[in-house]
Amino acid sequence: MSIVGSTTEELLGQLASGDVSCVELTSAYLDQIAARDPEVQAFLRYDRDDALRQAERIDAKRQSGQPLGKLAGLPVAVKDNMCTKGQPTTCASRMLEDFVPPYDAHVVTRLKEADAVLMGRANLDEFAMGSSTENSAFQVTRNPHNAEFAPGGSSGGSAAAVGAGMTPLALGSDTGGSIRQPASFCGVVGMKPTYGRVSRYGLVAFASSLDQIGPLAGDVTGTARLLEVIAGHDARDSTCVDLPVPEYTQSLNEPLSGLTIGIAAEHFAEGLDPEVESTVRSALDVYTSLGATVKEISLPHSRYAVATYYVVAPCEASSNLARYDGVHYGFRAESFENMIDMYATTRGEGFGDEVKRRIMVGTYALSAGYYDAYYLKALKVRRLIREDFDRAFADVDVIASPVTPTPAFKIGSLVDDPLAMYLQDLYTLSANLAGIPGISIPAGTSSGGLPIGLQLLAPAFEEERLLRAARMFEQESE
Amino acid sequence: MHHTIVIGLETHVQLLTKSKLFCGCVNRFNPENPNTQTCPVCLGLPGSLPVMNREAFLLSVKTGLALNCDISQFTKWDRKQYYYPDLPKAYQISQYDLPFSHDGFLEAEVEGQGVKRVGIIRAHLEEDAGKNMHDETGGGRDSHVDLNRCGTPLLEIVTEPDLRSAAEAKAYLDELKLLLNYLGVSDCNMQEGSLRCDANINLHIHGDDGSKIATPIVEVKNLNSFRGVEQAIDYEANRQLEIYEETGRKLGDPGVHKETRGWDANRSVTFGQRSKEEASDYRYLPDPDLVPITLTADEIDEIRQALCEFPADRRRRFSEAFELSAYDVSVIVNQGAEFANYFETVAAECGDGKQAANWCTQDVQRELNERSVAIGEFPIGAVALGTLLAKVVANEITTKSAREVFAELLESEAIEPTAALAQIDQIIEERGLAIVSDTGELEGVVETVLAGNQKIADDFRSGKQGAIGPLIGQVMREVKGADAKVVRQMLIEKIGK
Repeated sequence: MSIVGSTTEELLGQLASGDVSCVELTSAYLDQIAARDPEVQAFLRYDRDDALRQAERIDAKRQSGQPLGKLAGLPVAVKDNMCTKGQPTTCASRMLEDFVPPYDAHVVTRLKEADAVLMGRANLDEFAMGSSTENSAFQVTRNPHNAEFAPGGSSGGSAAAVGAGMTPLALGSDTGGSIRQPASFCGVVGMKPTYGRVSRYGLVAFASSLDQIGPLAGDVTGTARLLEVIAGHDARDSTCVDLPVPEYTQSLNEPLSGLTIGIAAEHFAEGLDPEVESTVRSALDVYTSLGATVKEISLPHSRYAVATYYVVAPCEASSNLARYDGVHYGFRAESFENMIDMYATTRGEGFGDEVKRRIMVGTYALSAGYYDAYYLKALKVRRLIREDFDRAFADVDVIASPVTPTPAFKIGSLVDDPLAMYLQDLYTLSANLAGIPGISIPAGTSSGGLPIGLQLLAPAFEEERLLRAARMFEQESE
Repeated sequence: MHHTIVIGLETHVQLLTKSKLFCGCVNRFNPENPNTQTCPVCLGLPGSLPVMNREAFLLSVKTGLALNCDISQFTKWDRKQYYYPDLPKAYQISQYDLPFSHDGFLEAEVEGQGVKRVGIIRAHLEEDAGKNMHDETGGGRDSHVDLNRCGTPLLEIVTEPDLRSAAEAKAYLDELKLLLNYLGVSDCNMQEGSLRCDANINLHIHGDDGSKIATPIVEVKNLNSFRGVEQAIDYEANRQLEIYEETGRKLGDPGVHKETRGWDANRSVTFGQRSKEEASDYRYLPDPDLVPITLTADEIDEIRQALCEFPADRRRRFSEAFELSAYDVSVIVNQGAEFANYFETVAAECGDGKQAANWCTQDVQRELNERSVAIGEFPIGAVALGTLLAKVVANEITTKSAREVFAELLESEAIEPTAALAQIDQIIEERGLAIVSDTGELEGVVETVLAGNQKIADDFRSGKQGAIGPLIGQVMREVKGADAKVVRQMLIEKIGK
């Protein structure tokens, strides 16, 4: 049985039975990276020797009979915006090209405690701002299904790495669809947990009230397993909620009886690619055949989601990214006239265009005289969007929708049209504004051979329901 | 035409917490070792997140209650954004539109004027910035940043423009400082920057026809001594009056904005900095990394119940309980909570407030001044001093003897209260300071002295009242600690026989 291409459960089984060692398993994935990554460019950095050293330690631990963590021996790629002690964490930005954090992000600590093998650092849009991973200052990641196409973003490196079989698991972050959209483009499973389910400590902030770390995997079970490891309370993040974490993998294969699925007309409106629409409708048929009921719901304020998001997220980003000023760490321009000029030149040279665009939008919207009209208004609409979901979830268990309006687009096709790029996130970013969990699972393939995903949304902290619903569909399509 | 000075003060007070406001770093003044009391959070490193220090928040609520403020049941954190090298996140976590407390007052005694009530607009909590240091040796090219102070809890207390003179401002600040001392909230050490002050000053010019004109408001920043506040107010009042007389410019005129001025302590003048027109737009934003704080009415009540006695209440209580003059009470209470506690223990032990007050404000105070120490480091504990004074009150030793014991206790630097008590008895014993009023013991001595001084006795008998003095002295030289009144009585009786 080949290692690459196996599910996480199969891999864990092989490791546990001794059929394969962690070193062998890690080597196989490293070989796959060596074979595929020159084209896909998912990894910003990986260190073969370091990965193998980690694998040796885990093998030794297993041999000596020590208790092992839940991910023992499984490689995980980490998006390069989660701090790892002693290793560069660049956010794919010149600004942090040489930044080495002195501490581990909470999720990185959890991965280490779970005996995962940290495989390398996945590419992203600079500071997670983008939907194609083309905004990386260092390299353009390609869709593993067709190198001419984008892998989505901003967690494009994580999704492409899993999609190309270079790692069974990866961590991404999702501020407005940044896990779900690339998962959909790359034909893998990706989940954005409830806001507050996973600690953000050590995740380099883009928009603090929207950012959430989540798992990507080849299947729902791997996703559930990785979520189990990273979820849970952390006192270092005030917004991280202290609720018990269910053992998602235990209940996963139990189908949800009497499942009611909501579909919103707003999700099937103008601009939706017919192939994507038919894929989602076929998926609903699968659910119906499993005994689920499909019910029409309305999310009347979802049409304001993009506008709301592109006020809230840039406002927070302008504040969060103000610290990159060349004074204490990171990039500093070489020549400048005085202090103010040092700030301006450093930030002008250190940030890419999309980051600067959002900083400017956010700075403008927060300025005296504009705050009420933009930020405050956006917060009010945000509440209405959340209330839409509250009403909907009174009637349905989960909401199904497309992940994106189209399958993956060609690299370069949207870079000059920011608005078209922003509309990529039309269906995903409501979940961030509402703080609810969402998952993208592979549901079909376009005539062009590109994956198409299905998005499921659930009420806050109902990840278990979401995973079980996703697993029902996955089981049926196996 | 006459004018009134109108002053409002903004005071920044560093809170005495163990750790900083949003991280676990130690909160301690330590300029000798720059950047040693820092962590990813207060350094503002990417990915770090603030977590509120509940102790700091509760200390602030205590202060708000002591300032008679309304405490908000819902309060939140905001980011105040500006670029400066001592602010590593490029924003300060502060409270903008929903401070934790508002609408209070503080009453202060103004010399020769009585009690002044000063309105408090608001008190809010925020984090302090670091400190920039410019090394002038390299032609001013080298600048250093010390982030030890970054993230220390800072309470900003803003008064209404209720103050009308430098003396009132001083009285308010003195009382505020004292209140913070009683609450144990801050050490208010101005040298170390734990209390800093900005003053908003303008004049109301009253015409003889009853008209009133206000001059433009000036904010004098970074006053770091109470003396500086007083001087800056007087300086500004004169300066603004002169300018008004020259130009007639007034508040509300087109182009007139609030002006920010600095204070030059060496030359005792204010100097122009920037006008509010050019002032930064702070782009306040509710901090999404922190959750709002909610307090129930019961929780607020609980904090209120646990509050200490405030200086004003203590003055009232002391003057009633110990029958002291307003002056004595103020001298004691204004020394700070520790000193007042010391006095109270002494008074309770000896049972005589006046006696305790005299000793505390004179003998003890003199020693503290000479040694330049606070009452906490004074070698004679309150119980020991109280016990000693109790002996004076009970007429067991004389005040003069008590001073002897006091002096010896000071030299022996007795710290242990029980040891000190034993030592008092030992010193009295060794030096024979106990007042002897036991007539049996005195009788023999009195007779001997009389026998050797028949001439004096005769003089007394013949009406020379003053003649008895030397006899008393002689007895008392023989019996140390003899009660002079008793001796006198005995001598008179014996001579009369």
